[in-house]
Amino acid sequence: MPATIEPFVAVHDIAKAYPGVQALDGVSLDIFPGEVHALVGENGAGKSTLVKILAGAVRPDRGTILITGKPVSLLSPRQAELLGIAVIYQEFNLVPYLTVGENIMLGREPTRGLSIDWKELRSRAAATLASLGVELPLNTEVRRLSVAQQQMVEIAKALSTQARVIVMDEPSAALTGDEVLKLFEIIRTLKAKGVGIVYISHRLEEVFAIADRITVFRDGHHVKTDVTAAFTTDDLIKLMVGRSLAAHFPQLPPDPPREHTLLCVRNLTMPGRIDDVSLDVYPGEIVGLAGLVGSGRTSLLRGIAGADPVAAGSIMLEGDILHLRGPHDAIAAGIAFVTEDRKTQGLILGMSVRENVTLPHLDEFVHYGRIDRREETASVANLATELHIRTPSLEQLVRNLSGGNQQKVVLAKWLLEKAKFICFDEPTRGIDVGAKAEIYELMVQLVKSGTGILMASSEMPEVLGMSMRIAVMHQGRIVHVFNRGEATQEAIIRYATGSEPV
Amino acid sequence: MAQEQQVVEAVEVKTQEVAARKRRVAILRTIGLVVGLVILLTVLNAATHGDFLAPGNVLNVLRQIAVNAILAVGQTFVIITAGIDLSVGSLIALTGVLMAGVMQSHPAVATGLLLAIAVGLGTGAGAGLIDGLPVVKFGLPPFITTLAMMLMARGLAFLYTHGQPIEIDNQAFNFLGSGFILPSLGRLFGIPGIPMQVVIMLVIVLIGAYILTQTRFGRYVYAIGGNEEAARLSGVNVFGVKLGVYLISGALAGVASLLLAARLNSGVPQSGQGYELQCIAAVVVGGTSLMGGRGSIGGTFVGALLIGMLYNVMNLLGVQSYAQDVVLGAVILLAVLLDQLRRQYLTS
Repeated sequence: MPATIEPFVAVHDIAKAYPGVQALDGVSLDIFPGEVHALVGENGAGKSTLVKILAGAVRPDRGTILITGKPVSLLSPRQAELLGIAVIYQEFNLVPYLTVGENIMLGREPTRGLSIDWKELRSRAAATLASLGVELPLNTEVRRLSVAQQQMVEIAKALSTQARVIVMDEPSAALTGDEVLKLFEIIRTLKAKGVGIVYISHRLEEVFAIADRITVFRDGHHVKTDVTAAFTTDDLIKLMVGRSLAAHFPQLPPDPPREHTLLCVRNLTMPGRIDDVSLDVYPGEIVGLAGLVGSGRTSLLRGIAGADPVAAGSIMLEGDILHLRGPHDAIAAGIAFVTEDRKTQGLILGMSVRENVTLPHLDEFVHYGRIDRREETASVANLATELHIRTPSLEQLVRNLSGGNQQKVVLAKWLLEKAKFICFDEPTRGIDVGAKAEIYELMVQLVKSGTGILMASSEMPEVLGMSMRIAVMHQGRIVHVFNRGEATQEAIIRYATGSEPV
Repeated sequence: MAQEQQVVEAVEVKTQEVAARKRRVAILRTIGLVVGLVILLTVLNAATHGDFLAPGNVLNVLRQIAVNAILAVGQTFVIITAGIDLSVGSLIALTGVLMAGVMQSHPAVATGLLLAIAVGLGTGAGAGLIDGLPVVKFGLPPFITTLAMMLMARGLAFLYTHGQPIEIDNQAFNFLGSGFILPSLGRLFGIPGIPMQVVIMLVIVLIGAYILTQTRFGRYVYAIGGNEEAARLSGVNVFGVKLGVYLISGALAGVASLLLAARLNSGVPQSGQGYELQCIAAVVVGGTSLMGGRGSIGGTFVGALLIGMLYNVMNLLGVQSYAQDVVLGAVILLAVLLDQLRRQYLTS
C-alpha cells in the first residue's frame, strides 16, 4: 500500500544532540495517510526526542522534514498543529476543570459576536466524538473522567484540529485490557478516515496487534523499518537491544555468603502500585530491579525507604522488623534512598554543598543546640575529595553544579554516615560517562564493605553490568529473579513486558 | 597517584581562590552599602535640620518599630518555609484583651504580671498551632488557615470585651511597654534611658537570628522552604518544623501584644489592624523570598528599620499621612524590584 502514495510526513536524516548525549543520529521516518506506524526502542533510543521534534517542541540539529512532499524549515508547536500534526503525550494536556466539550474545542471556540457560541461548540464537539464512535458526556468536567476517557478526549481534540497525523506516546500505559481494545477500535476508525498514527509502546504484543509497519530505533540510530509481518517478537527484541554492553563496568566482587539476610521484604503491598512483593538482599550484594516505567520499581524502593506508606507486608533489616512512619525512621535504621530525580527529590538546589550533604545527619554536628560549622565543613571536605566532587567551594549552591557532580552530592549525603542498605533509583540518569564510571566504582566499594544495594534502573546494560541478581517487575509484582549469569537482555524484556508466562 | 594528588591540590588552590574572590566581593558590597547608608542618613539629617539623627529621635524610631520588628521575626520563620501568617494582627488584639482581663481579675502585681505573660504567650502559641495543624496534617494553604484565624481572633477579642478597651493598671506590666532602664547611660545622650521595648525587640531579633542560623531547627526551616520533599526524604521532621514556625509566629504575636498593651495601658480589641501586612512588608523588603528557602532575620530587621525610618522622616518633613502610605507602597515595590533585578544579574 504505502509505496504508491506519498507519505504525509517524512523526516529524513534527523540529528539532535544534548550536552553529553547524541539523542538522535541520522534517523528517518515516514508516515502515510491511514497507516499505523509503530515506533519501538529501549529507553534512551531517541523516540521521545523525535516526538518532540515532530511536535515542534525541539529543533533538530540537522535533517529535513517534508509535509506532503514539501520541505518545512523550522517547526514551531503552533506550526506543527496548523500543518496537521498532533501529539498525545503520556501526561495529558487537558484542563481538568473545563468540560469535555470545552476541552475538545479549546483555543478554537466558535464565537457569535463577543461571546462563545455554546450551541455550536457543543454540536461540533459532539460531531467529533461521534465520528470516533465514542460516547462521552459533553458537559462533564474532564477531571471526573477515567484515564481512558480522558485519552479519548485528547484524541477527539486532536481530530478536531484537523490533524492528519496523530502521534501517541505510550497510549496504553495507563489503560486496562478492555480499554486498550477500545483504543484500538478508535485507532481503526482514525485509519479509515485517512489519519496516520505513530504508535509508541513498550508492549510488543500491542505493536503486533495494531501496527501496519514497525520502525526500530536504538541509541539514537535508525535500525530497521518494515511491515509488521516481517518481524517476530524475538527479532524485534534483538533489534531493540542488540549491542554489546558498551559502557565500562567494574569487576563485581563474588557473590557474598548467604547466611543472614540483610533486607527481607515479605508480601509488601501498596494498593495500585505494588502487589505482594517479597525479596531478600544479602550483605554485600547488589540486586538489580528491572521493569518498564510504571511497573512498580520506584514504588517498591519508596516503600522500603519509608517515603510512602505501605498497606500490608513487612520489611526486616538484619532480622528486626521495621515500623516506618516516614523516611526518618528508615534513615535511623540505616536505610538510605538515592532518589530518581535529584532536582525535585534529592537536593535542595538553593542550599550549599555543605548544607545538602549534612542534612540527613545534622544531629552529628550539633553540640549544645548549635551546629558546629567547622566540623561540618571538615567532614564534607573529606568526602568531597574522596568522591571527586568538582565544585569551586563547599559553599557553592548545588544549583550551579553539573548533573554528575549533583549526583555525587546526593551520594555524599548518604555516605557521610555508613548506611547498611542503600536503595538506588536510576543512579546514573542524565550524567556523563566519566561520572557514571565513578559511581559504579563507588557501588562496588560499598558492597565490598558489606552494604547491601537494591538498584532500580531503566538502562539494560546498567542492570546487567552492575547486578549480582536481577529481579524483574511487571505490573506491581516481581515476576522473576535471575541469579548471577542467568539473565540476558532478551529474557529480561520478555518478563518485563509480560511476554513470558509466569 | 601523584597525578591525582596534583589534581586534588589544584582543586584546593582553585577553591581557595574562589573563596578569596567571594570574600573580596562581599567586603566591597558591605562597604558600598555602608557608604550608601551614611550618605542617605546625612542627606535625610540635613533635610530635617538635624532632627532625624538626634538621639531622642533615633530612640523614637526604634520604639516605633519594636512591635512590627517582633512580628516580622516570627513572620520570617513562616515565610522561609514558603508559608504566610495573616493572623498575627488579630492575635495582638486577642492576646491583648485576654492579658488585660487576667490582670483585672488578679490585682496583685506579681501574680497578675506572670499570669498575663503566660496567657498572652500561651494563647498566641496555641493559635499558632491551630494555624499550622491543618497545614501540616491536611495540606491546607496557610493563607487560608491564617486568614480564618485572623477573622476568628478578631471576633473573639470583640466578643470578650463587648467592643470596649480593658484598662491595665498593673505597673510592672506597663513598665515593660513604656519603661526605661539604665537612666544614667541615657543621660549621656540626653534621653531618659534605654526603653524596655527596644531591649525586648533586640533580644528577640538576636535569639531569632541565632535559631535560624545556628540551630538544626533553623537549618530545617530553610531546607523545607527550599524543597520540602527532598527535606522529608532526608529525614527532616517536616511536620514538627512547620508546626513550630507557626507556633513561634503566634507566640511572638503575644510578645508584640504585650508591648502594645503596656504602651496603651489597656487591652484594645481594635488594636493590631493591618499589622500582619506591615510585618510581611518588613520581611519582604528585608530580602526574604515569598517562595521560601531564602531570607534572614538581619534582613528583616533592616526592613523594619527602613520602613520605620521612612515614616519618621516623612513625619519630620510634615508629609500628610495619606501621602505617606502612597510613598511607602512605592518604596516596597521598588525595593523588591531592585532585589529581584540584582539576583537576575548575579545568576546570569
